[in-house]
Amino acid sequence: MSTGNMNLTLKVWRQKNKNSAGKLVDYQLSGISPDMSFLEMFDVLNEQLITKGEEPVVFDHDCREGICGMCSMFINGQPHGPKDLVTTCQLHMRSFKDGDTIVVEPWRAKAFPVIKDLAVDRSAFDRIIAAGGFVSVNTGNAQDANALPIPKVQADAAFEAAACIGCGACVATCKNASAMLFVSAKVSQLALLPQGQPERYRRVQSMVAQMDEEGFGNCTNTGACEAECPKGISLENIARMNRDYFTAKFASEEEV
Amino acid sequence: MSKLNSNIPEGELTQKWTKYKSSIPLVNPANKRSLEVIVVGSGLAGASAAATLAEMGYKVKCFCFQDSPRRAHSIAAQGGINAAKNYQNDGDSVYRLFYDTIKGGDYRAREANVHRLAEVSVNIIDQCVAQGVPLAREYGGLLDNRSFGGTQVQRTFYAAGQTGQQLLLGAYSALERQVGMGKVQMYTRHEMLDVVVIDGKARGIIARNLITGELERHFGHAVVLGTGGYGNVFYLSTNAMGSNVTAAWKVHKKGAFFANPCYTQIHPTCIPVSGDHQSKLTLMSESLRNDGRIWVPKQKDDPRKPQDIPEEERDYYLERRYPAFGNLVPRDVASRAAKERCDAGYGVGASKLAVYLDFAANTERYGRIEASKQGNHNPDKETCMRLGREVVKEKYGNLFDMYAQITGENPYETPMRIYPAVHYTMGGVWVDYNLMTTIPGLYCTGEANFSDHGANRLGASALMQGLADGYFVLPYTIGAYLSKEIATKPIPTDHPAFVEAENNVKATIDKFLSINGTKSVDHFHKRLGHIMWEYCGMARNRQGLEKAISDIQALRREFWSDVKVPGSADEFNPELEKAHRVADFIELGELMCIDALNREESCGGHFREEHQTEEGEAKRDDENFAYVAAWEYKGESEFELHKEELNYENIKVAQRNYK
Repeated sequence: MSTGNMNLTLKVWRQKNKNSAGKLVDYQLSGISPDMSFLEMFDVLNEQLITKGEEPVVFDHDCREGICGMCSMFINGQPHGPKDLVTTCQLHMRSFKDGDTIVVEPWRAKAFPVIKDLAVDRSAFDRIIAAGGFVSVNTGNAQDANALPIPKVQADAAFEAAACIGCGACVATCKNASAMLFVSAKVSQLALLPQGQPERYRRVQSMVAQMDEEGFGNCTNTGACEAECPKGISLENIARMNRDYFTAKFASEEEV
Repeated sequence: MSKLNSNIPEGELTQKWTKYKSSIPLVNPANKRSLEVIVVGSGLAGASAAATLAEMGYKVKCFCFQDSPRRAHSIAAQGGINAAKNYQNDGDSVYRLFYDTIKGGDYRAREANVHRLAEVSVNIIDQCVAQGVPLAREYGGLLDNRSFGGTQVQRTFYAAGQTGQQLLLGAYSALERQVGMGKVQMYTRHEMLDVVVIDGKARGIIARNLITGELERHFGHAVVLGTGGYGNVFYLSTNAMGSNVTAAWKVHKKGAFFANPCYTQIHPTCIPVSGDHQSKLTLMSESLRNDGRIWVPKQKDDPRKPQDIPEEERDYYLERRYPAFGNLVPRDVASRAAKERCDAGYGVGASKLAVYLDFAANTERYGRIEASKQGNHNPDKETCMRLGREVVKEKYGNLFDMYAQITGENPYETPMRIYPAVHYTMGGVWVDYNLMTTIPGLYCTGEANFSDHGANRLGASALMQGLADGYFVLPYTIGAYLSKEIATKPIPTDHPAFVEAENNVKATIDKFLSINGTKSVDHFHKRLGHIMWEYCGMARNRQGLEKAISDIQALRREFWSDVKVPGSADEFNPELEKAHRVADFIELGELMCIDALNREESCGGHFREEHQTEEGEAKRDDENFAYVAAWEYKGESEFELHKEELNYENIKVAQRNYK
């Protein structure tokens, strides 16, 4: 069993609710084990705060195995912290050193208002999916799953785009708070598959329109989103979405 | 006389569902528009049910406690989904899937339900592919399959190690499509805290808006739960942190029977506990057992690195004990075998509570095949390993990465250390063939119900059941009830039953906040988990269970007098959410022990030490225990047992044999 010996200084964003002002608050932690996950380190902090009669830090988390996309946290200036291809819940304290000071802030974007402390409202993503991120096939309307062969490379590429967990790190890291990587991942997944073809051009227009309405910024090709994405979603998806978007815009109504 | 009627249709097994489905009364489109259905939970079962009901024309409200329906814990399912497609031409059929599931469940599931599940399994794959779910494919463009435990065919469809994610995102997109069309009203960050029963029928729920703390009353002509399992009663499990039993427990206290609560699945291949700080356990998919061999050193406390222990000094205990199924025995069998080796002192790692899951042999074999494809017919070992790692990476890359992330070890180089952990709960709210509970108008789907897996679930069958219930069963069977409700006008939520239910919820919240004790909610949750794991975990006995029951009662008293819930009711307060959940887990834990004590036999995930064969295998007692134990809530610590006899007309009940 591991015993903890790391001492840390945390600077954590505390904000009562969406209407109040927030600020960074310092906390000292000791006895942290390198085998703890970053969120387990927060569990230790919260346990201490509760015992002292203070309010624990609110943060979003659920599966703690890097797949649900609920955990967030902007750690030392990076969404999901310093390690590549890792969500906050899978970040372990062995990635830090004894004596480190760690600054933890919420995702910051106009379209992701802070709810409390480190938790933000990402419902804009749901509304973008509702605007077109689907194939319109009611239950019971499907043909046999093997009736339509799909080349493996194409299916694999669709899968890679579909691996997006909707966490919002791409938005949080982008200087423009653009949601292009998120939106393009879904657009790409469905554009790469035959099932997605009938609605392909309608879909991209509806999703982009909703994205703009939610207040996300524009893409200026800095590529931070790809660099920080915990699932390695590629910038190629944005290029693919742009192609489809312009095709849709320049083609006549009948063609799309 | 039993109060339970399973409502299984008459007729020959293979025809029951087809005939019944065609005889369920229909609701015309105009009437559907005025019928409201509440769906609680947005995982595979909940999202698929909500989407399908809305497509059919019902007015749907869907609730989830997460910030988006896409976060539901179905998303974390790794390995795959079974379906009797027989695409591999290896002799699979609906009957074989049905048979394997009944046998895997140790003859404690209903034949009619399981056969229906096997029948609709094929439709699920079709539906998901049509939605654009990118399941794994072969180079010919057709769908790929792999093997899972408890079967000898390849019927598991998958998407790398992220099958649950892809299937859930499929259901989520179908749900969001209906949200966009205004046919589903989605309530995220809402938690159901009670069901409202009027004149004996479920007529709505009380939900708490987790952001504002406001209590809301919602009416529905029917209420559907798809709220998942209760594995977090053990504190440490592979469930998400928020997974809870609250919705299911609240309906239980309002009259829905709770069935077979002691049937819990301990998954054999999870990453071992590393310290007291541990908040959850992470599964390493069962699919790894396709290519990994499980072993411990033959010598106790062998100090050597696993790679340095020669072949003849390793005990591949599953292959030794179960030569026919080897590493692919069902989960309950594999878990107990690991515990047996560790208890006997052969465990590995710092805690000695782990065994090795080793990929070296198969990595080399894959490498040899790859080399051969490249024209190298006599490759050296290093070449084989290098090429083989690429193959393994493609199949399981995300799992290997996750293992490395959590343990700091490289599983491509050294065997994984694994140990069993709580993963799934077969027990749940009792439902009839229609998936209706003992409260009319209240339905329960997916892991939250008890229906299809008997005493042990086979791998890749949870996704199958969740989607079967949500896409292809409930949307039909609910018609039997709703067709009689077309004259029922929406009941105003100022009805006394709504007021009373809300007041009760409010009183509970006030109580939590007023105790102002000295210990956090987590403190009590961990202690409950210890009791459950120790006495109601992989092996159980009378003495331990009796002790557990009195310990849990004492823990409950302490919880209600010494818990500390900070903050207030009218704000975002995760500690308050946890307090509700842990209060319910404590009560459920007691019932689990009562059920385990009552079941004087060993079957599937329920292993009573008093009931085992000389070889240490589970010993069932079909004469006395071939029944579903459905418990009725009678008051604090008081539950009445109702038995639903299980009749096997098509399958010959036998001792499970994987040798």
